[in-house]
Amino acid sequence: MTNSQYKRRENLTEPVPVQWILAILAILFLGLFLFLPLAAVFSQALAKGFGPYFEALGNPDALAAIRLTLITAAVSVPLNLVFGLAAAWAITKFDFRGKNLLVTMIDLPFSVSPVISGLIFVLIFGLQGWMGPWLNEHSFKIVFAVPGIILATIFVTFPFVARELIPLMEAQGREEEEAALVLGASGLQTFFRVTLPGIREGLVYGVILCNARAMGEFGAVSVVSGHIRGLTNTLPLHVEILYNEYDFTAAFAVASLLAMLALATLAVKSLTQWKRARRPSIEFEEALVR
Amino acid sequence: MSIQIENITKHFGGFQALRDVSIDIAPGELVGLLGPSGSGKTTLLRIIAGLETPDRGTIVVDGEDTTGVSVRRRGVGFVFQHYALFRHMTVFENIAFGLRVKPRKDRPSGREIKAKVMKLLKLVQLEGVADRYPSQLSGGQRQRIALARALAVEPRVLLLDEPFGALDAKVRSELRQWLRQLHDELQITSVFVTHDQEEALEVADRIVVMNEGRVEQSGTPEEVYENPANPFILSFLGSVNLFHGRVHMGQARLGAIDIAVPEHAATDDIPAVGYVRSHDISVERQPTDGASIRAEVKNIHSIGPIVRVTFGVNGKDETVQAELTREAFRKLALKKGERVYVRPSNVRVFVEDYQI
Repeated sequence: MTNSQYKRRENLTEPVPVQWILAILAILFLGLFLFLPLAAVFSQALAKGFGPYFEALGNPDALAAIRLTLITAAVSVPLNLVFGLAAAWAITKFDFRGKNLLVTMIDLPFSVSPVISGLIFVLIFGLQGWMGPWLNEHSFKIVFAVPGIILATIFVTFPFVARELIPLMEAQGREEEEAALVLGASGLQTFFRVTLPGIREGLVYGVILCNARAMGEFGAVSVVSGHIRGLTNTLPLHVEILYNEYDFTAAFAVASLLAMLALATLAVKSLTQWKRARRPSIEFEEALVR
Repeated sequence: MSIQIENITKHFGGFQALRDVSIDIAPGELVGLLGPSGSGKTTLLRIIAGLETPDRGTIVVDGEDTTGVSVRRRGVGFVFQHYALFRHMTVFENIAFGLRVKPRKDRPSGREIKAKVMKLLKLVQLEGVADRYPSQLSGGQRQRIALARALAVEPRVLLLDEPFGALDAKVRSELRQWLRQLHDELQITSVFVTHDQEEALEVADRIVVMNEGRVEQSGTPEEVYENPANPFILSFLGSVNLFHGRVHMGQARLGAIDIAVPEHAATDDIPAVGYVRSHDISVERQPTDGASIRAEVKNIHSIGPIVRVTFGVNGKDETVQAELTREAFRKLALKKGERVYVRPSNVRVFVEDYQI
């Protein structure tokens, strides 16, 4: 780099002290609000050693909570995957009346408080709700039972996959699929051979975000769950119960599971982004060619 | 295979993209659909491919009505303007795609597919790139791979949408000549869309000029260029000068110029416009009675092999553009501000209601 270039560069960026202050501020914030709590979770969980830690995790109620959380995620994530794909497909590949409304509606769970989301289901399916009496007559239990927890979780997590896919599919356009059709591919062949490989990374990213939220959701699930130990307690609810009973070691031990889930999610996310970055984007290459 | 396009009409919402378009394409012909953007040429191409459905009209390929046939059974090859290569597949897999998705009973074996892809790569002169991804190719290479992919399924007709639109000028002119040669070799009925008149004139056997969803004229490049049917085509194919005046009993008077126009013999003093191509304007130092106009040199631009000179006429309000060869320009030795005479030849007179 020649001297004049160096000077020009210097003129364009902030003075060194400002750079330092900004970096330190960012690190302080991260430390205070992210690393410190994370460290606290693990140190509290292991405060009495590994024995009580694994004992807390092996407790039947804790195991039941883990099982319920896994079931909830196992049902709601695939359903949201299908919904997200269908919604993103409809929005990006077709023009229809009410498209903007659909886009807005997909964001609704993000803008509504989770407690309200849970309450909606109590108001619909609860004993005092619209469908409560009928459900009671036919002895279906939704509120204060597993189906209610799954419904609330689906509601809260349904934007994740769709929101991840819509910009991606919009950017890709329809040309590759049209090319596949002209070459004689059927609709299914086009989807599996052309569309899906193009959106795979976005799909994976959407699914892991959706999964993280499905396992970690507290507010909406809390309203519909009824907090029945061993029956309708998910992991986050179980943490709360243990904490309220001053069983800190157990509470933090279970919380550490959720923290590890978050870390794993982060790792998968970075991996997919790293993969995406490694493949040169078509747009960038096209700019070079021109 | 012949293609008959019969009375095709297409609307997009309130916008009428095609109005009753009919074109006959002979087997083995290379037809250029030429028109400005919004003229409906790409829509027509997509209708032939089956990517759009016409509101009315039929597409007949080789005697068979294909209007209702789904796009995947039409047996057309389509080359997209932005290539539309499958970005997650190698070049080899891109070309092999059309063979791999065939129903099992028609699908060639792995070895046959490989042989065919290699043959096509040789045809498009890109044998070394089979294992690369589209993003690792230049624009011109990508377009050739797109063409190879379209040819792999042995289409009955080949359709190309602005095939060279996204390429730089040099690559474009190379590919143009290459496509022409390839067509002569393969003899496959082809239709390409372009907004570049030079491209259409150079490549096509026949040009169909479109405007506002209608066919304005169809003919060989020479016919269309030499005998443009109306002012739109005249001004679309190259730059023209307009001379306003009147026509009376087969005689046009455009300012100081008198021209005999036998085709308008029956007219009775109506407004008319004379159109003259820039290269049909000659520059002289001496006036010719009834054939030249006083003009002042306003601007001189030298563009490669030609020199474009702008003149002010009629007290500088109006301008006339002339394209002179370098040779002619050197002999005249024109200077800015100089007063000379311009003499138009090959004047085409259209009466006023034909205005553009």
